[in-house]
Formats: sequence, C-alpha cells, structure tokens
Amino acid sequence: MIELSLDILSWALFVAGGILVFAGALGVLRFPDFYTRLHAAGVTDTMGADLILLAMALQADDLSTVVKLLFIFFFLLMTSPVSTHAAAHAAFVGGLNPLTGRSLTYAKEGEGPQPYPYDAGRPPRVTLPEGARRG
Amino acid sequence: MFAVATVAVIVAMALVLARAILGPTLYDRVLAVNSFGTKTVLLLGLTGFLTGRPDFLDIALLYALLNFVATIAILKFFRYEALAPVMTGDVPETRAEDTRHD
Repeated sequence: MIELSLDILSWALFVAGGILVFAGALGVLRFPDFYTRLHAAGVTDTMGADLILLAMALQADDLSTVVKLLFIFFFLLMTSPVSTHAAAHAAFVGGLNPLTGRSLTYAKEGEGPQPYPYDAGRPPRVTLPEGARRG
Repeated sequence: MFAVATVAVIVAMALVLARAILGPTLYDRVLAVNSFGTKTVLLLGLTGFLTGRPDFLDIALLYALLNFVATIAILKFFRYEALAPVMTGDVPETRAEDTRHD
C-alpha cells in the first residue's frame, strides 16, 4: 500500500518534472531574445530538475542515496537562480538590450519594424532628459 | 518510470544543444551550456537508477558543483575580460560604459 502510493507520487513528480524540463528546453530554443530565453531556462530548470530529483528520492533504497539526492536538490535550488542572475547581469552590462515594444523589434523613425540587430552593434538607445539618471 | 524521465531529459538536452550551437550571442551559448549541465546532472542520477547503481549520484553532485563554478567563471570573464585583475582592487573598464547603472 505504501509502495503503491510512493510509486504513484513518483510517477506524478517524474511526469511533471519531465514536462517542465522539456518545456524549458523548447523555450530556450524558440524564444526571440536572450532575456526571454533566460526566463525559460531559469524558471523551468530549477523546478523541473528539483521535481525529478524528489521523484528519484522517493524511489531510493537506502538513506545515503536520499541524502545525496537532497544535497543535489539543495545545491540546484541555491545555484540555479544565482547563475541566472549572473547571466542576466553580464549580458546587461555587456550592452545587450532587451527587446521591448508591441512588435518586439526596434523600429526607426518612419522605417517600420527593424530586425533585432543581434550582431550589428547595439540597438538604438532612448535619450534621457537632462538630469535624469538611468538605473 | 526512470526511462520516461530519461527520454524527456535527453530530448531537452538535444533542444538546448541546438540553441548552444545556433545561439546568436555569447550569452545565449553560456545560458544553453549551463542548462545543458543541469540536465547532465539529472541524466547522471537517472542513469544510476536505471542501471541499479546509485553511486552515479556522487558524480552528479560533483558535476553540479563544477557546472556552477564554470558558469560563474565564464560570465565573470565576459564581464571583466579577465579573471585575475579583479582581485587587485582596481576598477576594470566594462565593455559598454553607457550601460553602466550606478
């Protein structure tokens, strides 16, 4: 009875984690710019990986396996947001601006939507009024 | 049930690897490689359970640590274009002065 309920719980966690991991990978492949991909990878990696690790912990035979799995669980829970933040910060400081606007492109005056200049330097910046501070 | 999760993780790894190869910017590649490493940790654990040898979890734990350190080191290198001079206390120049927010 207990084994059956553990199996059912494990199946549920495995399926949920697998769906999350797959959806995150699909988002990393399909989203339009770096920051949206960061969202897809960061959010789903934390949750999907941790659900799969919990499901494995429910199926473990001895205590040491469970402890190791919980170590990995805790470590991923701590480091995944940190590396996501580091990536976002490095990209922002490195001059990669996020896509904004309704059409998700940088439009020039009177020229219609422009493709996002991935490799062609930086997108045009908004000029701030005198005395205004960015940040 | 481990096989189902393994298949999901392997498919996800293939998709992320495609992004790492395509990725237009350096940061896309770093993000994809970091994500790939996280999935490698999962795959190592699942392999251990599939083959009945949970000792693989030690390797998975080590790989999780290495993956985090490597990602932070690569991003720090992109940010400062060096790893060592940051330790001297000098403020290094960033690549894009106009995006610095203080």
